[in-house]
Amino acid sequence: MRERGKAFAPANRRLLPEGRMTGPMPWVIAIMTLLTVLAAAAGLGLGSAAKALEGGDRITIQIVQADSKRREAETAAVLAALRNMPGIESVKRLEEQEMRRLLEPWLGEGGVQSDIPIPAMIDVELFAGGQQQIAAMAERVRRVAPSARVDDHAQALAPLARLIDALRWLAAGLVLLMAGATAATVVLAARSALDTHRGTIEVLHLMGATDGQVARLFQRRIALDALFGGALGFAGSLLILWLVGERVSAIGSELIGSAGLDPASWALLAFLPLAGVLLAMAVARWTIIRALRRLS
Amino acid sequence: MPRLFPVRLALPAEGRRAIAWAGAEAGLNSAGSILQFDNVGLRYGTGAETLSDLSFSLQAGGFYFLTGPSGAGKTSLLKLLYLAQRPTRGLVYLFGEETAGMSRAALPALRRRIGVVFQDFRLVPHLSAFDNVALPLRVRGVSERDIEGTVAEMLDWAGLGHRSSARPATLSGGEQQRVAIARAVVARPELLVADEPTGNVDPEMAARLLNLFDALNKLGTTVVVASHDLHLISRVPRAEILRLDRGQLADPTGALRHPPRRAGS
Repeated sequence: MRERGKAFAPANRRLLPEGRMTGPMPWVIAIMTLLTVLAAAAGLGLGSAAKALEGGDRITIQIVQADSKRREAETAAVLAALRNMPGIESVKRLEEQEMRRLLEPWLGEGGVQSDIPIPAMIDVELFAGGQQQIAAMAERVRRVAPSARVDDHAQALAPLARLIDALRWLAAGLVLLMAGATAATVVLAARSALDTHRGTIEVLHLMGATDGQVARLFQRRIALDALFGGALGFAGSLLILWLVGERVSAIGSELIGSAGLDPASWALLAFLPLAGVLLAMAVARWTIIRALRRLS
Repeated sequence: MPRLFPVRLALPAEGRRAIAWAGAEAGLNSAGSILQFDNVGLRYGTGAETLSDLSFSLQAGGFYFLTGPSGAGKTSLLKLLYLAQRPTRGLVYLFGEETAGMSRAALPALRRRIGVVFQDFRLVPHLSAFDNVALPLRVRGVSERDIEGTVAEMLDWAGLGHRSSARPATLSGGEQQRVAIARAVVARPELLVADEPTGNVDPEMAARLLNLFDALNKLGTTVVVASHDLHLISRVPRAEILRLDRGQLADPTGALRHPPRRAGS
């Protein structure tokens, strides 16, 4: 009779009873996977939103001057001053029509009367790294237009960016906590399985089975449970993400809408259940080997 | 009619070769002993010694009966033989290697050379008779194709060919015992240890089982059988007898034909 490598042959998989979904572990793994994927999706989505905020290297200049002639003169002066400055990608004055459209939600239809003085607004888009030029720009603008106000978008959005950053860290922390909880579940499941099959393990040992061979039996069983639970949890999380996506689209907010997931993020989310299976297998092996070493 | 012994194991010429091989390759000491106890004691927890001052050796290819009253320590001694226990004192040499201080990782290789018939059978309850018998071969990584024929033949010999897919719970005590014996011998161990192997079978089956042990022994396997059954013992005239009494090897009584072989004698 030829003897082969150390692993048990496929037929030996039934050395431990094969019943799937008989214990709580697959369900616990399913819940953990669902929560992990949702937390990770939230973190990645917030990352996209943060990028959208960072990407807005823009400033807005308001010429707050009641006298329309002086307002126009200062606006023209600002446009002329900015056109040749380094670091500026584009300078665009918002047309009055557009200004009225922007104010309409606040003042109502027809609320914007022609005699109400509306500040002139200039939208300035900066090249990457143009942030460093903002102070010089503001100085130059104020020199030619004393009634100008310079609003730095990045500065205005900084508290929001900080909040998003904190939420991203929170999401990452939740993913780690969930991974820890999954590992703890696997430890408990492996110990319980070890107790249940102690008699079989003893017989296997007395026949010359190594700790590695015995551990592989449990690893396989736990991996299958984790795979099933992971797939179930991932499917559930996809459903929830799709529903949330639908709601976000319905809001039509630019900021919330920017919290989307790119293909790389989706790939990362799809990898999470597999990472869960690998984690479960590694923890199961570690637990079983440690427990077996204490046996005799 | 099932064959008395699987063909693979019954080749007469192979028997002589196996004995020679057992001596040359099994890591025996110069005196040809497969097992040697040197002042061995065994204690469970903080209780009194179950076995004390055991010093003897078993020759490779020998046939030994271990007798003694209930509670004498026979099962404990067998546990030391099949490496389920380590002595609390003294030295045990098995296949030429000292096992008392051996690392855990080195034990499986030695255990694969030993076949054990447990008193309580220890069949794996969720496995069929076939899978239980196949267990030692699968632990060794033998291919399924080889396992198929060998195990089927073994079960046929044990009169259980028609029950190969039955779970232990559906087998009678005698059938379970035959499965346990088939499992112990299927991998042709160098040392076969059997704890009351004929306790639950009828005299005819007991005789057949003993013939199997005898045939294995003639092929070079060292056989140690714990038994109360003097009739059974008398069926193997060449066998040597170890008698345990209150944890110590006793001097032979008139009923015993040979004294136990002492270490160094």
